[in-house]
Amino acid sequence: MDTVSVIGITSIAGAALCMAIGSIGPAMGEGRAIAQALRSIAQQPDEAGTLSRTLFIGLAMIESIAIYCFVIAIILIFANPFWNLVVSKAGG
Amino acid sequence: MHISPDQTTLWHWGFVHLNMTIAYTWIVMLLLTVGSSIVTRRLENGDHSRSRWQNAFEIVVETIRGQIREICPRGGDAYLPFVGTLFLFIAVANLLDIVPGWRAPTGSLSTTAALAICVGVAVPVFGIRSQGTIEYLRHYLRPTFIMLPFHLLSETSRNLALAVRLFGNIMSGSMIVGILLAIAPFFFPVLMQALGLLTGMIQAYIFAILAMVYIAAAVQRGQEER
Repeated sequence: MDTVSVIGITSIAGAALCMAIGSIGPAMGEGRAIAQALRSIAQQPDEAGTLSRTLFIGLAMIESIAIYCFVIAIILIFANPFWNLVVSKAGG
Repeated sequence: MHISPDQTTLWHWGFVHLNMTIAYTWIVMLLLTVGSSIVTRRLENGDHSRSRWQNAFEIVVETIRGQIREICPRGGDAYLPFVGTLFLFIAVANLLDIVPGWRAPTGSLSTTAALAICVGVAVPVFGIRSQGTIEYLRHYLRPTFIMLPFHLLSETSRNLALAVRLFGNIMSGSMIVGILLAIAPFFFPVLMQALGLLTGMIQAYIFAILAMVYIAAAVQRGQEER
């Protein structure tokens, strides 16, 4: 197997693994956060405004981890520096 | 496929390149400044003759002010210009996605990094203004001086997260639409566009709220200890 196909295979597999594993943690975290917030709103409906604002901020924090994974996966697929290097070398 | 509007050059002359991000940022700035100056040229204080646009703008400003007051009850109005500008800029840039051919300038890492740097500069400035330079810098040494690198690391990483979060969300929105156009045209891209509008508004809200939370943390730290 030559270098180009090794880089191609590892990039695609790396992007897929990055999304697959990297979304498990944030998904579980967001689920727990939303469940807890719903329980709290059910107990104290008066505090719904404060709770939902805090929930949004927390969700954004949790979600940014998944977004990091997504950005890295996108970079691996569409803007891979190693791939561009190999292609430019092969092209001359 | 271009992942950011930086890569599309609209006009270049010599070494000056005008890419899509800069041009569309200028359009947003133009819209905001010209629109608000036209509306605020004749402000009415009476009960009846208030124009439609003035009502709309008052609702926007009052909502932002209310949100800021909930986070920072004392002296929150001082941060209204900064946080409100952040929110309005990001919200307008994302909402103009409904215009065909528009690429949100917030989908470029340069724009979001610039906004995050603004927040990163504003937090110490507001902190120093409320507690004084020495007192502000001293909190880096609390509880002991060993915590200094961790304080610095956390400030850097939260600003990085601010930039990458906004960029990732907006970029992923336009990216998903682009991919879906190739797989399932006509219907699903429209749904994802609508979802992208919602995400854009939520991200604008979150960016402004997080900036406000950081500023409030820097300001109130001093007030509590006194």
